[in-house]
Amino acid sequence: MGLFLASLAVLLAGAVLAPMAGRGRAANFFGATGAFLGSLLGLAFACLQLAAGGEALWSAPWAMPLGRLSLGVDALSAVFLLPTFILGAAAALSGHSALKGQAGRRPLGAHWFFVNVSIAATALVPAARDGFLFLVVWEVMSVAPFFAITLRDEDSRVRHAGWVYLLAAHLGAACLVALMALFYARAGSLDFALLAGGAAGPSVALFVLALVGCGAKAGFVPFHVWLPEAHPAAPSHVSAFLSGALIKTGIYGLMRIQTFLGAPEAWQGYLLLALGLTTALFGILFALAQRDVKRLLAYSSVENIGLILTAIGLGYLGLAKGFGAAACLGLAAALLHVINHALMKGTLFLAAGSVLHGAGGTIIDGLGGLGRRMPATTVAFAAGALAICGLPPGNGLVAELLMLLSAATQAAGRTFPVALAAWGAVAGLALVAGLALFAFTKAFGLSFLGEPRSPAAAGAHDPAGGERAAPLILAGLCLAAGLCAPLLFQAVLPAAAIVARTYPAGAAEGAALGTASLTWLSLAAVGLILLVAALAFVRSRLLAGRPVGRGLTWDCGYLAPSPSMQYSSGSFAAPMTGLMRPVLRTETDLAAPEGIFPARAAIESETPDWLLESVSEPVFGAVARFCDALKALQHGRTPIYILYILATLVALLAWRLG
Amino acid sequence: MQLWLDAVFVLIMLTNLSLLAASRMRLIIRAAAIQGVLLGLLPLLFSLEGSLAANLGFSAFVLGIKGLGFPWLLTRTCRRVRITPEIEPYIGYNFSVILGIVGLLVSLWLEHRLDLPVRVSGLSVSAAFMTIFSGFLLVVSRKKAVTQVIGYLAAENGIFLFGLSLAPHGPMWLELCVLLDIFVAVFVMGIAIHNIGREFDSVDIGAVDSLKD
Repeated sequence: MGLFLASLAVLLAGAVLAPMAGRGRAANFFGATGAFLGSLLGLAFACLQLAAGGEALWSAPWAMPLGRLSLGVDALSAVFLLPTFILGAAAALSGHSALKGQAGRRPLGAHWFFVNVSIAATALVPAARDGFLFLVVWEVMSVAPFFAITLRDEDSRVRHAGWVYLLAAHLGAACLVALMALFYARAGSLDFALLAGGAAGPSVALFVLALVGCGAKAGFVPFHVWLPEAHPAAPSHVSAFLSGALIKTGIYGLMRIQTFLGAPEAWQGYLLLALGLTTALFGILFALAQRDVKRLLAYSSVENIGLILTAIGLGYLGLAKGFGAAACLGLAAALLHVINHALMKGTLFLAAGSVLHGAGGTIIDGLGGLGRRMPATTVAFAAGALAICGLPPGNGLVAELLMLLSAATQAAGRTFPVALAAWGAVAGLALVAGLALFAFTKAFGLSFLGEPRSPAAAGAHDPAGGERAAPLILAGLCLAAGLCAPLLFQAVLPAAAIVARTYPAGAAEGAALGTASLTWLSLAAVGLILLVAALAFVRSRLLAGRPVGRGLTWDCGYLAPSPSMQYSSGSFAAPMTGLMRPVLRTETDLAAPEGIFPARAAIESETPDWLLESVSEPVFGAVARFCDALKALQHGRTPIYILYILATLVALLAWRLG
Repeated sequence: MQLWLDAVFVLIMLTNLSLLAASRMRLIIRAAAIQGVLLGLLPLLFSLEGSLAANLGFSAFVLGIKGLGFPWLLTRTCRRVRITPEIEPYIGYNFSVILGIVGLLVSLWLEHRLDLPVRVSGLSVSAAFMTIFSGFLLVVSRKKAVTQVIGYLAAENGIFLFGLSLAPHGPMWLELCVLLDIFVAVFVMGIAIHNIGREFDSVDIGAVDSLKD
């Protein structure tokens, strides 16, 4: 535990030193170094803790009422610490060189303060062993990123994104405060050890509050609205951390709180399964329709959170229905995907940051042909995209395979409704995986292949230093995680056992099945890599000594082909967006060519998030209006403030005596 | 002795009303001074334990600060900042007096409801509460910073009275400490008002909310 505290101390030291060093290069150096070293220490601790097993505990006296300053890291917490610290380190590495050029022009000291505090708070959430402390660090984790997101606060869209993020985070936090208050009322204590002993008992209201509170953080539909707003607006290293690590605390909260509520019941499994599949489908469909790479990635995070939720749903269903194998596989899949998605999405967001830096934008219709101009970024993005589509040898397939195994074990030989749900999950997963392939083919193909669609893209170049290295390192980790899948599976089994509390019979068989399948998967991946390497070798041998020229692709008899003839993001996705019009509600504005010699034709299509417009914005608007109305009480007239105090005191006295 | 005590309490209540009714700076400072003198008489009438010399000293100290020191400071501040003699209330004088009377009724009800261990006189706690209420009413309803100071002084007078009537045999040095605090506070306020007046050409606290964000 000393290592964990040291990591927090280094993170916070970086947070304090950076603003003291001003807003220039020194601040950038201190902040990033603190974040990097602190994250590495924390990562070492999390790995050692996972290897050692058991629970490391630490507590200190605290003068706050209700709360205790008590920390503990068991296997479940350690699994969630991994993405936080890996992405913390990667974000520090990438952010340091990305922000170098802005030294002195933007308040880098304050920025790193909030980044480091975000990392520390995100690490403390899984480590908190007291409800009050949990709420405090959750709140810090919710507020600090607001300032990290709004680094470019001169842009009104960035400010808007920051407010949407803050509102969503606080609606979630409000539910968690209510949840902890109810826990306190029922159990008389917020000590997690006591609550895990079942002091509060099962309750539908508590489960729903946890689902909404954690869902707003994780981004379940319809609470996902802040993700596609905040991720494109934030600096890329912050988006990578938010999307890879911070939203996972929602998943952690849901899992940890479930251990206080006793064994999950079947309806919870069905609910999470349905919610997860809806979220995944919704996320990937909207990802498909996006024109901005970072928005696309944000929707893809929604999809992956949906997949994790589906896996938890399968696990809970297995627990409730007594299929130990399915429960073990489902829960392990959820935990593995937490780690794997962090690696993949970190790679992709950092690579997208390099694109933003190198090509001046992330709107797909202004990119193209980056493959030859930004080779390092292309390799990283390709590796991340392969992995997230669930193609071997990436790590995205691991959890999907385990989920399919879990669903198949549950469906085999069972009857309605379990079999229906399980087969539904299989079908849903297959659909999501296919759509993900479509979406990322679009993101990668249109951005990195073909010809540049804008002068900025034509002049694109790889960034230097850490900004170039960080996505490559994460891409390497994606590959490694894919190849070491059986080991990682073994590593998360104790954490899955904590979520399950007690497995029904069959868990051991499930673990064995998972290990065996993943071993085959790893071997197949190694075989695939060898095959590709062999083919590349053969190709280079065949081409050796021959002139290799470069020509137009698919000239098709055009007289003067131009980059604008390439697929645009809208036209590439059109077959699928057309099919899914009832869900996506894409708005198309078409000025069709007229006459024999048409002078002008144009088409514009936009896919706004109708859930944001029709559900979330009215709710947020109502909350904002209510808060604005409260401002009438805060008018700055001192005498009236004193009147409030006097009136309160007299009323209290009268109430006490009357 | 009880008769004298009750008479002093009634007089204190009346000074509260005159604080609320005063329309000129000179009048309100004078009312505050009279209240201070009345409070200074109380330690003698309560026949506190200890030597006559100690009681006389305490009484003289209270009288000196509340009856002479504060009024002198306030008058001096008014003169130096050249405050206009009008009080400028947010709510009218008549309505203020009515509110003061309502405060008196509430205080009487509170005294009736409060279960106090010691009771010096039937009116002491009512007088204390009414003085606190009147002080706060002054703070809330008057525009000038000097009247705010007088309001706080009146509120403190009420607290002093409450403490004295609850614990007549209690530690006198505690009262002295509080008194000293208030003395320093009034002193600082005097300087602050002076500076505010010089800086902004006005000591109207209504203008302070232009400083909020």
